[in-house]
Amino acid sequence: MTTPRAIVIGCSAGGLNALETLFAALSPQLQQPIALCCHTGSSTVTLMCELLAQHATLPVVEARERAMMQDGTIHVAPSGYHLLVETSHRFSLSVDERVSFARPSIDVLFDSAAEAFRDALIGVVLTGANRDGAEGLRHIRRLGGLAIVQEPSDAEVSAMPAAALELAGADHCLPLAGIAPLLNRLCLP
Amino acid sequence: MNDTARETAAADVALEDIEVELFVRALKLRHGYDFSQYAPASLKRRILQLAHSQHADTVSTLTGRLLHEPGFLSVVLEGLSVPVSEMFRDPDVFQALREQVFPVLASYPQINIWQAGCAHGQEVYSLAILLEEAGLYERTQIYATDFNQSALNQAQEGIYPAKEAQLWSRNYLAAGGSHSLADYYSARYEFIKLDQRLRRNVIFANHNLVTDEVFCEAHLVLCRNVLIYFSDPLQDRTLALFRDSLVRGGFLCLGTRESLDFAPSAADFTPVDPALRIYRLGSRASGRG
Repeated sequence: MTTPRAIVIGCSAGGLNALETLFAALSPQLQQPIALCCHTGSSTVTLMCELLAQHATLPVVEARERAMMQDGTIHVAPSGYHLLVETSHRFSLSVDERVSFARPSIDVLFDSAAEAFRDALIGVVLTGANRDGAEGLRHIRRLGGLAIVQEPSDAEVSAMPAAALELAGADHCLPLAGIAPLLNRLCLP
Repeated sequence: MNDTARETAAADVALEDIEVELFVRALKLRHGYDFSQYAPASLKRRILQLAHSQHADTVSTLTGRLLHEPGFLSVVLEGLSVPVSEMFRDPDVFQALREQVFPVLASYPQINIWQAGCAHGQEVYSLAILLEEAGLYERTQIYATDFNQSALNQAQEGIYPAKEAQLWSRNYLAAGGSHSLADYYSARYEFIKLDQRLRRNVIFANHNLVTDEVFCEAHLVLCRNVLIYFSDPLQDRTLALFRDSLVRGGFLCLGTRESLDFAPSAADFTPVDPALRIYRLGSRASGRG
């Protein structure tokens, strides 16, 4: 794998706790843009961004349509829209049908980011209650990107990481506590 | 993943991209529908989905059918349009229309509203209900347009799955509806049908934002979550089309997550409620009403 140029993260049930832990331990020196798709029941992600920002070492913002991915910034998919990354590394949104019962869908984010970044992408699947993200992680790996999956036995809800492991496999499967240090190691020069 | 497998996958994706480009080209040359200015990532996803749902092994198979098979065009247009919506989606927006926009519309003897990209019509009926409750509907003409004829036909019928009714009722009340949404539809088996009296001042018409021109003078243009599929230049062109259609001081309502940062024509509009993406043509000082 070449030097990673972006990170995409997916989670659903139990995701908020996991993300707080993960983001608190990321190096503030990370240059890679991060895009996050987390299924929530709420109609906006404003509150989620604020909660995550309290713990995160990097800025947390809602991803904006047409905007470039910003270095060293965590971009959160807005509620009710699929978030896609164009090959120009700009974001786009869609209100297409739900995928795996979800909008935003992790698969949609991962698939598009995989084609935009090819082997310079890291995909991370954390705790969650359905199969969303498994297809997308497989696409990331097919194109040479790196897959990190939270160890299902360590996850608050194991279905999502287990499905990802089953379909896509992983380059690294480890407990949550190990994921931020691993990302720091992979991404810092 | 070893290097050979990765190279094969990369080659597959590159081939897919070529096929998608040829498909888009064929659609334009054969049928005059131009999707070349659509945002690539979601367009590709939709074309691949269409191939999947049509049991086509490759996008090229779709292209062949598109060129040779009469009637296949409507299947393609249905697959490429985005008819997903709900009644009173983003209730805040409908409340703002009622509270901030309708009082200005009320000052016109005849009100023209253009709902651009109306898809299956959920927002058309939402708007008609709000106008009815505000006492403005009798003097309103709604032009509901879409390029997808089959969506337009469904919009005219106003029949929707009953399982949606619960969410839509909640939305309606959150938008400040003064009755019960159930007053406006009849339920039969697993469907609801909107009161067809709501359609009396609606003209459903086929119009393609990509290629067609201005056709009415509007006091309000609603176009929510349509421009998100357009490239920057097409988004800008469409905004200019809305500008040319609107009366001075007329209103434009877009989707709540749409960005105008890359559209020079946005300078012609003044935000009324920026968070809800409601704008007014012209500067505040020169706006009428």
